[in-house]
Amino acid sequence: MDKETTSLLRVESLSIPLPAGLDRTYAVENISYELNAGEILCVVGESGSGKSMTANAIMGLLPSYLKPSGGRIVFRGRDLLAMSEPELERERGRSVAMIFQEPLSALNPLMKVGEQVAEVMLVHGEGDAAARERRVLELLDFVGLPDPASLRHAYPFRLSGGQRQRVMIAMALALEPAMLIADEPTTALDVTTQAQILELIRRIQAAKGMGVMFITHDFGVVADIADRVVVMERGLVVEQGMAADVLNRPQHPYTRRLIAAVPHREDGADRTDAGGETLLEVKQLSKTYRSGGGLFSKARVVKAVDDVSFSLRRGETLGVVGESGSGKSTLGRCLLKLTDVDGGEIRFRGRDIVPLSPGAFRPMRRHVQMIFQDPFSSLNPRQTIGRILTDGPVANGVPLAEAQARARELLGLVGLEPSAFDRYPHEFSGGQRQRVGIARALALDPELLVADESVSALDVSVQAQVLELLQDLQRKLDLAIIFITHDLRVAAQICDRVAVMHRGAIVECGPPAQIFDAPRHAYTRQLIAAIPGLAWNPRQAVV
Amino acid sequence: MTFFRRYAQHYGALVGLAILGMVLLLALLAPLIYPVSPWQGVGEPLLGPFEDPAFPLGTDMLGRDIAAGLAYGARVSLLIGVVSTAVAVVIGVSIGALAGFYGGRIDDLLMRFTEFFQTIPAFAMAIVLVAIFNPTITSITLAIAIVSWPPVARLVRGEFMSLRSREFVQAAVVVGQSGPRIMLTQILPNTLSPIIVTASLMVATAILTESSLSFLGLGDRNMMSWGFMIGAARTMLREAWWMSVFPGVAILVTVLAINLIGEGLNDAMNPHLRGRKG
Repeated sequence: MDKETTSLLRVESLSIPLPAGLDRTYAVENISYELNAGEILCVVGESGSGKSMTANAIMGLLPSYLKPSGGRIVFRGRDLLAMSEPELERERGRSVAMIFQEPLSALNPLMKVGEQVAEVMLVHGEGDAAARERRVLELLDFVGLPDPASLRHAYPFRLSGGQRQRVMIAMALALEPAMLIADEPTTALDVTTQAQILELIRRIQAAKGMGVMFITHDFGVVADIADRVVVMERGLVVEQGMAADVLNRPQHPYTRRLIAAVPHREDGADRTDAGGETLLEVKQLSKTYRSGGGLFSKARVVKAVDDVSFSLRRGETLGVVGESGSGKSTLGRCLLKLTDVDGGEIRFRGRDIVPLSPGAFRPMRRHVQMIFQDPFSSLNPRQTIGRILTDGPVANGVPLAEAQARARELLGLVGLEPSAFDRYPHEFSGGQRQRVGIARALALDPELLVADESVSALDVSVQAQVLELLQDLQRKLDLAIIFITHDLRVAAQICDRVAVMHRGAIVECGPPAQIFDAPRHAYTRQLIAAIPGLAWNPRQAVV
Repeated sequence: MTFFRRYAQHYGALVGLAILGMVLLLALLAPLIYPVSPWQGVGEPLLGPFEDPAFPLGTDMLGRDIAAGLAYGARVSLLIGVVSTAVAVVIGVSIGALAGFYGGRIDDLLMRFTEFFQTIPAFAMAIVLVAIFNPTITSITLAIAIVSWPPVARLVRGEFMSLRSREFVQAAVVVGQSGPRIMLTQILPNTLSPIIVTASLMVATAILTESSLSFLGLGDRNMMSWGFMIGAARTMLREAWWMSVFPGVAILVTVLAINLIGEGLNDAMNPHLRGRKG
């Protein structure tokens, strides 16, 4: 870290105007920050804050309708904005490399990974074939991929998400760039994989003395790896400084608001008793997916839900956490009978709903409702909000006028304007749509709500509002909630009990205090160790 | 931007709409302009175009007015085009929706049934159907509908399959809506754009099929149609070119207009293409 003061990249009052007719005039406006060699700079902000825009400007990847109107991007003393395309092409990959959010779409699916890494060197005319081959092996080994000699002959689809991201990093490192731009490189990954990739980025940054610009929306990740932080809001840099200062003593109100919204387990907030009667009892539930398999090949069998048992009382929140593929979403779908069940019982109010036919279960559906993950696809684009909210009650025999009156009431309850009733989903933001989704679920006065990753697609401040709304409604209506999430911090914050799922089975279940402070199962310990920003307490930063 | 403004951005689509409007007007006004039946000989046989100002497009070998034939033929062409397409869309949407929504056995069964129709050459089947039932306007319309629904069924099935797994459809299941209701009120409105575009192009195909049937002498004996006029004129091709050329041009222009409209609708309704020309 002796090169701490050498400025590698300076963004000087950069402005990029947006085409006319959008909600603001600049994508980024008059922003300035610098990146020194040998440090990790985190650019953090919510969606639409313009945090990726500068990275694209640095790489010369802006779409043709966006042209910087002022400012400079000085990289090692030269203005990147003034460079011609051929000059930029030489710099890209050689001096500045970039890794992206979605490693699957960033890799060519028809090319072996070793060839893709070698191609980076080939296009820059680096070394001969034998030298490149040696370098590929070296790189794949360096990013921690197992058995580089055989892995380089694999196609991207054979690799897991984390492995693909490692290949991307190997490609970025191929020419020993002075600077690495990472645009949300871990957002699409599971939490344990994310921890490994963060560790890898930190390791190579230290080993190569690169400057790393790390773009993220997650303050936990920032707490884990940043040396310095730039906070962006709506195209403006609102705060920048050393990581410890920004994280623990945020000055700007927006930063304070963002940090306050970071989900975190409240100390001593474990609700001791949500003492209602038992509402739902699940016994030995199992669901197996079979795919492929013909006359001559064996079917692929995946136990998505494997002998799962738990119970839930009125007014209680059960968190179901796990990584992708752990079967947590399938469990939710089983509870709502959106998918068939292979065995076991789901006793709702004492009655087993598993053997019921779809027709026989339909009258009972109103008691069990679901809030979906994606606020953009969970509302019918061709229906008004009013129609969306009244469809359910009408299907359950409520007169239309009564359902409409109730719908207007619900809009108020979830914090939307009454005028929303006659508008269409596309006129609303993601957070507002999720509120509509919650209102729809509540329209039937359910006793059990299943929330499947219901806040995962939302920005952290909106996420906090929606979580608060859910908790508020739970208290008012004595709802039982099953909260399915991959984010342990969210589960820790709002759940009375947490069930950890791994490969279809619940490996551990208990109150957050027990799960987080004294995890018994090895997998739970691994999950908890991987939580980004574990050591940092955002609540203390904004008291 | 309103729907029509988006549609109007497509220059050809406006031309198509204008042409189709004129053909429609001609069809509607035919009994007023030509009060005498188009089958009635009204002048000298085999008058060339503009030889007699009363018959600007000439007459055929029986002295029938070609222009009157075109006007009445427009009624048959448009009527058959629209009605047969409507019937085909109803059949195709029903089968496609059921197959796509329920999947599994029902899907297998309905799709094999659809393939059965797809493997038989459409025009040959239309001929057979019209030949079995007497060639009347009803049987011709039905025959065309029966040979043209399979593509609609395939299209709708695909749309339903992809929409069925969307979260808003799942949400409708969760709030307790019944299957048919979900299909009609949740999924179908979201599939309308591709259905309308396909249907507009099917009208053009139906007009061509009707003309071909009439050309082969399988038209309705009581209705003048463009295809029949060309069929009747083929023996006189060298002596009286106008007898076949004018109905031919009418078919060409109408089908072209409908195709242009279909393309314009596609561009206007397909959100992926919006702003493509901007």
